[in-house]
Amino acid sequence: MSSGVGSTEPPRSRGPGFAGVGAGRVAIEMGNQLVGLFGIVERNVYLTKRYFLWDIAFMFWTIANTLTIVFIARAADLPAAKENTLALALLVGATIWAFLGIIFEFMTETVAWERWEGTIEYTFMAPLSRLVHLFGQGAFAVLYGLVRAAILFFAVAAFLGLHAPNANYGAAFALLALASISFIGVGIMTSVLPLISPEKGAQLGFVAQGLMLVVSGVYYPVSVMPEWMQWVAKISPATYALRGCRASIVEGAGIEWANVWPLLIIAVLATPIGLAIFKVGERYAKKHGKLKRSG
Amino acid sequence: MSTIAPSTIDLASRLDRDAPAVEVRDLRKTFKRKDRHAGRFARKRPWPALDDVTFTMDRGECVAILGQNGSGKSTLVRLLSTLLIDDGGEARIFGHDVVKDASTIRRLVNRVSVEASFFKKMSAAENLSYAARFYGMRPRQTRTAVPEILGRVGFPPERRGESMENLSRGMQQKVALARALLTSPVLLLLDEPTTGLDPRSKLEVQEFIRRVRSEHDATILLCTHDMAEAETLADRIGILDRGRLLFLEPVEDVKRRFGVETLEEAFFAATGREFENEAQDDDDEYREVFG
Repeated sequence: MSSGVGSTEPPRSRGPGFAGVGAGRVAIEMGNQLVGLFGIVERNVYLTKRYFLWDIAFMFWTIANTLTIVFIARAADLPAAKENTLALALLVGATIWAFLGIIFEFMTETVAWERWEGTIEYTFMAPLSRLVHLFGQGAFAVLYGLVRAAILFFAVAAFLGLHAPNANYGAAFALLALASISFIGVGIMTSVLPLISPEKGAQLGFVAQGLMLVVSGVYYPVSVMPEWMQWVAKISPATYALRGCRASIVEGAGIEWANVWPLLIIAVLATPIGLAIFKVGERYAKKHGKLKRSG
Repeated sequence: MSTIAPSTIDLASRLDRDAPAVEVRDLRKTFKRKDRHAGRFARKRPWPALDDVTFTMDRGECVAILGQNGSGKSTLVRLLSTLLIDDGGEARIFGHDVVKDASTIRRLVNRVSVEASFFKKMSAAENLSYAARFYGMRPRQTRTAVPEILGRVGFPPERRGESMENLSRGMQQKVALARALLTSPVLLLLDEPTTGLDPRSKLEVQEFIRRVRSEHDATILLCTHDMAEAETLADRIGILDRGRLLFLEPVEDVKRRFGVETLEEAFFAATGREFENEAQDDDDEYREVFG
């Protein structure tokens, strides 16, 4: 018997053999899951290549949109140095908004895209753990979002002639990378929405994204919001990412522990909570027949 | 043969060799849906998609389940492929429960459905590589396995890099077969694999299914409403009617049981209705999802 298509014959060579070799089996399984994670990233690279012109158009739109915000600093009629500081603060807010938007879009649309393409059933019946599946999507979103955020920041800064002589880009990047873990976790929570509500779930995901940003001080200090919103801001990872990145780029601050520890706690909690929520949603979808393509 | 996914290498340890390939007992699934004539605000009512379905399949066997649209065929396939959770009864594949051991089942099963279901902007080779990654196949493996499997289903090599959206339905269905076989499933679920194909593509796909059966020991569950296809490919044939499996036996036994010459006549004898005149157009739980 060949060990090809449909074969159930035992392996001929690879691996330590499975009779009682638990560790080897776990190692192979972990290797397979990593290959699956790579597959998700690879697929998104393929799709980004195919939709490259869309990406360019979207990039132009994002730059134009950001300019409309940063020009507010020019209109404020401030001394040049203060105008530059305000413009930088607004630009950091707009850039992180764009970065977060990419992550939430990728995560929230994970199910919606696959439903639209028709591949959702094949993905969900594949032996890929849900954590790896969703984290793979998040990992690509972070990489893609960072590239776009960098282009956006430097394009707008160059267009308006902004100066950031003290900027500590390394610290800002490190903080954003740390915050990304939390963003992925929160994104996993919202990615369940299109699974349980095929028609309205994606829109609800955007509502969640908007709520998160409005309480996080995207263009203003958190202190200007009503007190109850300030309390909500404490559990939003975007609050600490915005505060830290703004301090690093505008004032040249390093990585501050006050921003790091909340992000670490949220990062540790958000992914398991997100995954648990997703699993409940997946079970609901399987019970009610919602795990299927749209046409 | 090199087209084996490494993740399936431990299949031997996951198969209960004494268990039937498929064992379905009193399987039930009910959806809620609106009566299409009852108006926009009508309440949903329970609709049994599968009603105490019981059958077994031996390893290496090809079984065809015949039924009209809405008879429950796709629900059965989706239950066996872990995409649905039943409301009662049980289904086991090589001894593994499809709900409790879903992760093991996913290593054992693959399917081809009526819709080819690919990322339309990606090429056949990219789509296959992507699917193979979920089963642990590394890039160096897919570099050889993908062209090989595409060659085996008769896919022209010069079109491997073309977007799926530029391929005909027949071509897409060949890629769907290649995707299913690339992961070396021991149970292949074919849900209307030739529906909508032109006669030539249909014959090619059927010939390939026959070849898979003769060359390998895959067990095949074929759900179709094409009686001729079922008769030529399957060892045993069952009729699923409004969620109930009326019988499952070799085609000659079916004809003998009802004293008829054709499966159409057998369907009429078993249900009291013409096979062709069935007009249910509901695709299982579609109404619940998008209604």
